Parts: sequence; structure tokens; C-alpha cells
Amino acid sequence: MSKEVTGTTWNVYDANKLTQAEIYGKVLCDLGNKYPNLVGLTADLSKSTKIGLFEEKFPERFINTGIAEQNLFGIAAGMAKTGLLPVVSTMSAFASMRAAEQVRTDICYQNLNVKIIATHGGVSFASAGTTHHATEDIAIMRSFANMTVIVPADGIETANAVRAAMEYEGPVYIRIGRGFEPTYYDKEEYGFQIGKAVDVRDGTDITIIAMGITVLQAAEAADFLAINDGLSVRVINMHTIKPIDKDAIMKAVTETRRIVTVEEHNIIGGLGTAVADVIAESGKGCAFTKIGLKDEFAEIGYPEDLYSYYKLDADGIIEKVREIMGKDFEEDEDWDDEV
Amino acid sequence: MLTNDEYKELLKTARSIRHSVIDTTLKAGGAHVGGAMSMLDILVMLYFKYMNIDVNNPDNPDRDRFVLSKGHAAIGYIPLLAEKGFFDKKLLDSFNKFKSPFGMHPDANKIPGCDASTGSLGHGLPMAVGMALGARIQNKNFYTYCMTGDGELNEGSNWEAAMTAAHYKVDNLLLFIDRNRHMIDGPVEDVMGVEPLADKWKAFGWKVFEIDGHDMNQIADAIEKAHETKDKPVVVIAKTTKGKGVDFMEDETKWHYGAIDSFLGEQAHASIDKMYVEYGLTD
Ligand SMILES: Cc1ncc(C[n+]2csc(CCOP(=O)(O)OP(=O)(O)O)c2C)c(N)n1
Repeated sequence: MSKEVTGTTWNVYDANKLTQAEIYGKVLCDLGNKYPNLVGLTADLSKSTKIGLFEEKFPERFINTGIAEQNLFGIAAGMAKTGLLPVVSTMSAFASMRAAEQVRTDICYQNLNVKIIATHGGVSFASAGTTHHATEDIAIMRSFANMTVIVPADGIETANAVRAAMEYEGPVYIRIGRGFEPTYYDKEEYGFQIGKAVDVRDGTDITIIAMGITVLQAAEAADFLAINDGLSVRVINMHTIKPIDKDAIMKAVTETRRIVTVEEHNIIGGLGTAVADVIAESGKGCAFTKIGLKDEFAEIGYPEDLYSYYKLDADGIIEKVREIMGKDFEEDEDWDDEV
Repeated sequence: MLTNDEYKELLKTARSIRHSVIDTTLKAGGAHVGGAMSMLDILVMLYFKYMNIDVNNPDNPDRDRFVLSKGHAAIGYIPLLAEKGFFDKKLLDSFNKFKSPFGMHPDANKIPGCDASTGSLGHGLPMAVGMALGARIQNKNFYTYCMTGDGELNEGSNWEAAMTAAHYKVDNLLLFIDRNRHMIDGPVEDVMGVEPLADKWKAFGWKVFEIDGHDMNQIADAIEKAHETKDKPVVVIAKTTKGKGVDFMEDETKWHYGAIDSFLGEQAHASIDKMYVEYGLTD
């Protein structure tokens, strides 16, 4: 894989005029010049995923398999074996479930340099119903050895994640939404690094660990709680679910003693589980709550309805924070002891 | 052959459902209208003439089954189930809205009369083959119908099911292919061609009929021939027009999914009425 990209200045796209998905489409076009071995692939979703922007610019480096996701990921694996850098885009549900074995065995087991940009993640394709919801994809993808899993907070972070993924050798799963989500960041220079959580708000009473669209909601909740409840709420953007930033989690455990995770995903196997693993293995305890879908399939509705119903919006997060702040838990006298 | 009265009644039903599809699309804020209109006449024929179903007993274990493998065309299917009487048409107003039973893809857990939850392409035919085998193994007489898109045939699972159906000589199954020649990214033959389509199915051991999928008599004729066929699964390749009946949508890839406002809605209703006048419906 060509390595001439060193992360030079990056165009800041006007995130207000471009959707999350369009931003990554444009980023790919730029990267196409820098990486002559970059090829784009989709399965009849070049328009819906915006990888079509790359297709327009590099038609000879683009493969559309038609509606055939297993074939799509198998072909990407084969191309990677010949030295190409395949970027594959389809909806999260189909990337993670329809093609799960191709991703696991063909791509992850052979540790191939394939980048997956999975759109319509979580419940973002809300009224499309269960067939098009992807509330299991993080659990599936993080269980595949060799796979790196990233859930960007917005379009700006997606640009960062796509660029970082190119510079990283090995399979990467980047999960984004439908493309209409509001942005959190206003510039790309905030120190994005795979595997390193980003501080969004500093605080000492409680920590909210968020990923994807819930980062913005968590920040809003923190601001509200500061003014109305006098709480000092830390917010962490855990954009990389795997490898997870253990240091950031342990810092939150020791410094705030209360953690709420928020994920647009089943609470089994996703962000909350990944954070809980780190806490459990540390031998230190803290008050802990997961917000997400409670092992259920989601309803039909508009995205805002579902975000509110599953408590993924600021109001829902505020409610959960108040709940956990009210909880009693045993203080550990020897808290500072080494485990 | 259909009697003249039958023919007219079926046309009236199809016209009424086409109008209902437009009204529902308008309220739903957008829908997969193109592929709904292309398959609709076949569904009308199945549900209003051939299928053994009872709206008052939608879960009857002996009923005929239908699997809408191209689940995104729910905007055509769900108004049809309402027209048939499975539930009140007023319920269609909730389409896509919070906790509605109706979203972009049909949910069998929530919709009376719907036999399978679909929307992820390439799942319908395997389920339909399973239903047909279920009837055979349990000595039941029900028949299973399935509808796939043409782009959908890119999915390998269809061809795995095709092999199984022929291997087990499944002859209580009828597959329709809505050959409207468009998928999302463009015309099917440009994105990922499926031709020679009839030869593929023949090579897989299926009996193939090719018809005009908007000609009620040809549809009825194909269904009856399928019922008579023994020891082989049957596929009907139905040549259709995506967006059929709505002039500005017809044969346009971009109307795979779209929203309409009241202005376009009026235009769509007028175009549908005009088509049926040309078919000889004056009332
Ligand atoms: C497994 C899967 N991949 C992708 C999609 C997204 N998708 C929805 S409709 C469609 C195109 C369908 O084309 P076709 O089968 O020709 O249907 P029609 O033209 O009759 O609507 C695609 C790719 C999906 N629903 N399921």
C-alpha cells in the first residue's frame, strides 16, 4: 500500500451544506489521487451511500456488484490480495450481517487491507424498519479479530476517520448514519487518532461515554445539567470502539466514579459492553449504566422519534444521569490502591 | 380467460389501489413508488382472484401464502391489503410514523395478512420455497406465491433457492419476477445484467413463462398454467414498467424512491385515471 500520505492539511468541507455521507464521498475523491491503488466498491448503493462521488471521478477504479453483498466483500478481499486498497460501502445491516462471514474469514482472518464504510447505521434509517436497522453491527464487528471499529460523531469526524483508516494497515469498519445527522465538530483539527478517545467536556461528578450521533446529545445534556443541576459532567467521544481507549475509561472511573454509556445499538455487545469489560477487568467498581436498545428490535418511526424513545437524545441522557446521580453505592476506602 | 365483468372489476380494484398508493406516499413523506406500481397488477390478480385467503382469519394455516421478496415495494402491498379488507384504510395515514405497523418494508409481526417480514433483498424466495415444502411435508394444499425484483436477482441466495426448488420438484410454488429493468443505481442491464434471464431459469430446471405484467388476461393465464404444471417450479418473467400509470414516473430509474407533494400527487392521480379510461373504464 502506498504510504505517501502524511496527514497534511485537510480541506474543511462546509459541513452545513454537505451531509455526513457526502463528506466521506468527497474525502475519498481526494484520497483517490493520493492512493493510486484505492478502489471503490458498492452493491447497487453508489447513490445512497455517496461512494458514487468517487465513482464519478474514478470510474475505472470502481466496481458495482449489483445487489450482492456477499459477492461484494469476497471481491474486495480478492482485490486486496493483489495489492489494491478497496473501500467498500453499503448499508451497515448488509455489511455486518449479510456479508458477515466474508468480512470475518476472507477479510479479517486474512488480515486484508479493506476499509468498510457502513452507512445507515443504528436506527438512522428509522421508518425502513427492522430489515434496515443495524443495532447489532458493532457487536458483530468488534468480535472479529483484526478488525478496527470506528463510529464517528459526525461528518467532520468521518473525514478524519476515513483518512486515518487509509494510513492504517488492516481491516477497518467505519459506521456512519444516513447522512442527515447534525454535526458536532466545526473543524477537523482536534487531534483525531484511531484508538484515542476525545474529550468533549471536562467534569468530575459523572462521565458520559458516547459514540456517533450521541456525542452531540451528550454534550448538550452536560451543558444543561451544569446549569440546571449544578453537575460537573465529563463527556468522552469514544469514536473507536475497538481498540478501545482503556486509559480514558479508567481515568473516568477513578476521577468521576459514575459512568453512563450511550450508543445507537443494542446494549449487548456494543460500546457499553466494551467499556464494562475494561472496568470489570480493572478490579475497580463504579456506578454504571448503559443507554441503548434493551435487547429489542426497534420500532418504526422518524429518526428523532426513535432517538427520543430509546433515550439517545439529550433529554433521555439527562434523565439517566439524574437517575444514576441519585444512586447510592459503597465508597471504597482503598480506592487508590494498586490492583 | 377472464370474463368481461371480472376483467373490469379487477381493473377497478387496481385503479383504486394505485390511487391509494399515491395518497399514502404523499402522507408517508416518500416511498418506493416505482417498483410498487410495476408489480401491482400481478398482486391484484393474486389477492382478488386466485389466492385462498380469508380477511377474517388471516392466520388460517391452510391459506395460500404470498412473499413480497422485494419488500421495499411495501407501499404497493400494504394499501392492497387494506383494499382487500385486512384492516381499515384509515390506518394507512400512520405509514412511516412512530410505532406504526407500516414502514418502508412489510413487517409480518405487525400487519394482518402479511406472510413474511422482508426488505433485505434475496430472502423471499428461500422462505417461499420453505413454505411450499412445508405444505408438501404436512400434506396441505395451499399454494405459495413469491415476487422478486429483477435487480434483486443479483443476490446469490435466489439461485441457491432456485436449485433447491427444482431439486425437490417443488410444484406448489409460483415465482413472479418484476422485470421492470431498473434498480437503484441505474438500468439493471447497465449495473449488473441478468440476461439471458429465461435461459438461466430454464437451466436451473424451472418452467418459464414470459408475459406482459400489466395485461390482466396474460397474468391470469400464466397463473392457471402454473397451477397445472407438475414436478417443476414455475417462474413468470413479467415485463413491466416501473412507475406504471404515473406518466412522470414511468421507466425512470430515479422514481425507485421518491417523495411527492400535493401538486405531483394531483398529476399522478390524473395520470392514473387517464390510463384506466384508455383501458375502457368509464366509471
Ligand atoms: C440485501 C439488500 N441490499 C440492498 C438493499 C437496498 N435496496 C433496496 S431496493 C434496491 C433495488 C432493487 O431493485 P429491483 O430488485 O430491481 O427492485 P424494483 O426495481 O422492482 O423496485 C436496493 C439495492 C436491500 N434492500 N437489501
